[in-house]
Amino acid sequence: MSETIRLRVNGSEREVGTGPEVPLLYALRNDLGLKGAKYGCGLEQCGACKVLIDGEALPSCKMPVREAVGREIVTVEGLGTVGQLHPVQRAFVEESAAQCGYCTAGLVIGAVALLEKNPHPTNAQIGAALARHLCRCGAHSRVLKAVRRAAAEMAR
Amino acid sequence: MNGIDAALRIEEDGCVSIFMSKVEVGQGLKIALAQIAAEELDVDFSRVCIVRADTAFSADASYTAGSNSIQTVGEWVRRAAASARHCMVQQVADAWGVDVDALCVENGWIRERGGARKMGYGELMGGKAFNRPLIDDVRCKDPQAYRIVGRAVRGADMVAKVTGGGEFIQDLDLPGMVHGRVVRPPGLHHILIDVDRAALEQMPGVLAVVRDGSFLGVIAEREEQAIAASAVARARSAWKRNDPLPPSESLYEQLRHGEGQALRVVDGAPVEGEVDEPRVPPDAVKTLRARYCRPFHLHASLGPSAALAEWRDDSVLVWSHTQGVFPLRGALAQVLGVDVDAVRVQHVEGSGCYGHNGADDVALDAALLARALPGRPVRVQWMREDEHAWEACGSAMLLEMQASLDAEGVIVDWNHDVWSYTHSGRPRAAEGASNLLAAWHLQKPLPRHQPRPGGGSHGGIHRNADPLYSFARRRVVKHFVRDNPLRVSALRGLGAYGNVFAIESFMDELALAAQCDPLDFRLRHLDDERACAVLKAAAEKAGWRRGVQRGGSEDGRGMGLGFAQYKNEKCYAAVIAQVQVIDGHIHLERLVVAADAGQIVNPDGMANQLEGGVVQAASWTLCEQVRYGPWGIESRDWDTYPILRFDQVPEVDTVLIDRPGQPSKGCGEAAQGPTPAAMANAVFAACGARLRDIPFTAPKVRAALPLSG
Repeated sequence: MSETIRLRVNGSEREVGTGPEVPLLYALRNDLGLKGAKYGCGLEQCGACKVLIDGEALPSCKMPVREAVGREIVTVEGLGTVGQLHPVQRAFVEESAAQCGYCTAGLVIGAVALLEKNPHPTNAQIGAALARHLCRCGAHSRVLKAVRRAAAEMAR
Repeated sequence: MNGIDAALRIEEDGCVSIFMSKVEVGQGLKIALAQIAAEELDVDFSRVCIVRADTAFSADASYTAGSNSIQTVGEWVRRAAASARHCMVQQVADAWGVDVDALCVENGWIRERGGARKMGYGELMGGKAFNRPLIDDVRCKDPQAYRIVGRAVRGADMVAKVTGGGEFIQDLDLPGMVHGRVVRPPGLHHILIDVDRAALEQMPGVLAVVRDGSFLGVIAEREEQAIAASAVARARSAWKRNDPLPPSESLYEQLRHGEGQALRVVDGAPVEGEVDEPRVPPDAVKTLRARYCRPFHLHASLGPSAALAEWRDDSVLVWSHTQGVFPLRGALAQVLGVDVDAVRVQHVEGSGCYGHNGADDVALDAALLARALPGRPVRVQWMREDEHAWEACGSAMLLEMQASLDAEGVIVDWNHDVWSYTHSGRPRAAEGASNLLAAWHLQKPLPRHQPRPGGGSHGGIHRNADPLYSFARRRVVKHFVRDNPLRVSALRGLGAYGNVFAIESFMDELALAAQCDPLDFRLRHLDDERACAVLKAAAEKAGWRRGVQRGGSEDGRGMGLGFAQYKNEKCYAAVIAQVQVIDGHIHLERLVVAADAGQIVNPDGMANQLEGGVVQAASWTLCEQVRYGPWGIESRDWDTYPILRFDQVPEVDTVLIDRPGQPSKGCGEAAQGPTPAAMANAVFAACGARLRDIPFTAPKVRAALPLSG
């Protein structure tokens, strides 16, 4: 049997039962019950599975679990709670920035990472930062508005 | 259940449960239905709870399709809620010995006007059945008195989505759940010869290897184990190739000359009889001809299709993001060889759905696999490649247009010939055939249903083929072509996307020939005031500058217009695109959409649907084309099937025209047709290139540019 792997997720030490080569996404979703990050392509093409790893928004669908050991992993569940949303989450709610919402968690993560690095992004910078996220419903303009709203709020 | 009880229940705490008979697919139906129910019952919006469709108790409303839900189910919920309210008020009036007019309803309480007595809905009904049919002539609220319908509800279901609690079917996690994956044939018609079962059965976590003819799948304790086993199964299986597909390069010639049936379309519906050739009338001064085409497109939901199934005592419970729990139940029962009562389908929301995607197919996959492991829920999610390569595509279309202008610049003769494969391949229970994918691969296969030309008003191929314009003479012909090379079925808008693209592009070509502004040219041929109103509203919002559109501008920028009323009876939509063309590359700067869908239920939901509609249609038009070779689809991921990205999307503006008292109509498909035409017309305005072949790639733009000098 494979030995237990310990990950630091949303501020806690957690054990997962996957092998070291298994993509992080499956450990998060199936071992830790964190269903926010989604399987979209398994090819690092769509962004639905992105999580923060040491502050950087990275796809989790191919990254082996062993590469995440010892690093700070934050999923959308760790950003805020239903009662106390992260400003980016709140902005997405206020702008109704989704239709189906399958891509939303990945986008929230992408936006958080962007605003950490660049608190006052231009529209072009937001578009470029989210260019490796796909949304099929066409909620793009709302998402872009939500990111601008979050930036304004966080600057306050 | 029937009557009022099929639609709603008043719970003990006074909350109202609404039983969905259609399904939520990201289009905002849940919110709109909750608004309608809250309005008629006079309860707070937050006290309405939507219960997902389930064959165990829902009313059978067939498929959630065709932009019909708000009109049909919305009206049903309205009448059920009004009937429920009437019954409750009557009951209280009888109990208190007063006239119903002496009572009023406030926020879920029935009160005596000017008195102290009051009775809460919850206390009165407390989960009890009404046992009453809907009241035929029930008095619904006066739209002028609406407080909840017509109010923008924003973000109602967003908190779960931003915190990871969305509960998509992909997220469903049941006790004892195990994971399945299906190994599809390497080519569309390949046949499985052999698979190394022993190698698979030795793999860690593998619980079962299921083979039935060419249907092959694995079940494992953990998801990554199932994925690993399916990869080994692919590598350690032998398949026999079958007939190759006809070459994709000559798709449109195959369409033009394929076997099938030609039918005249009169008043939006096909009719039997002779089909004549286009002619040129004697009063024609100018006659134009043009040919347009669209390729196969994918739904390409962001989340690959998923389902769960669990067998117990020869019955199966299936969790599915199908668009129709009842049609799926019948189709599953047929393939599984059981009575329909042995199948229960529960709806769980999936990733956005724009028509008939893989949702139903994966439900059969799960049911077939789970049969090998009774008592354990088996979760199957398709891999990205499965979704791209095996879902049904939107049908390719070829259109030939011919129209004649008289000396006044009025269209006196109009011809529209459209060639396409079926747009309708949804599952349904019928003898000897099935439209569920895995059924074709079984040891005793059920062949796919032989496609037939659809009838009815604005059906698949001829949806919106008959334009709303007034022409002295029109000849609309649908050419149903039988043998589709790729699997095809309903994709958002069906034939309306290609038909309106051709009609509205051709209208601009005719406007130029008539030396008329494209907006004025349309208004000249329209009698419908609501149609004129959306056109004018879009033009005003976009800053339309009137003039003959001769093609080309100094700064490479241009605006173009497209219009349709979906199915000539639903939402009116006018779209204006603004583009800049640089070296053949189209930069889509802005899309304005003005729409009239009758009485608006949720303005924010309507805007969201229209925004999504124009952006998705823009993506189809700029980027998308299914590539295929002899053995099937070769566009198998997001690199080989690119869609519009966040750094490419335009600014989107919506103008909503509310029509209080007019029936509320669905708007989710209204913009699909006008958008590609608006874009083609904008490109012409920007650089003089007339694009008639979707997608609008840079080489096509450059090839269509007028010769300089």
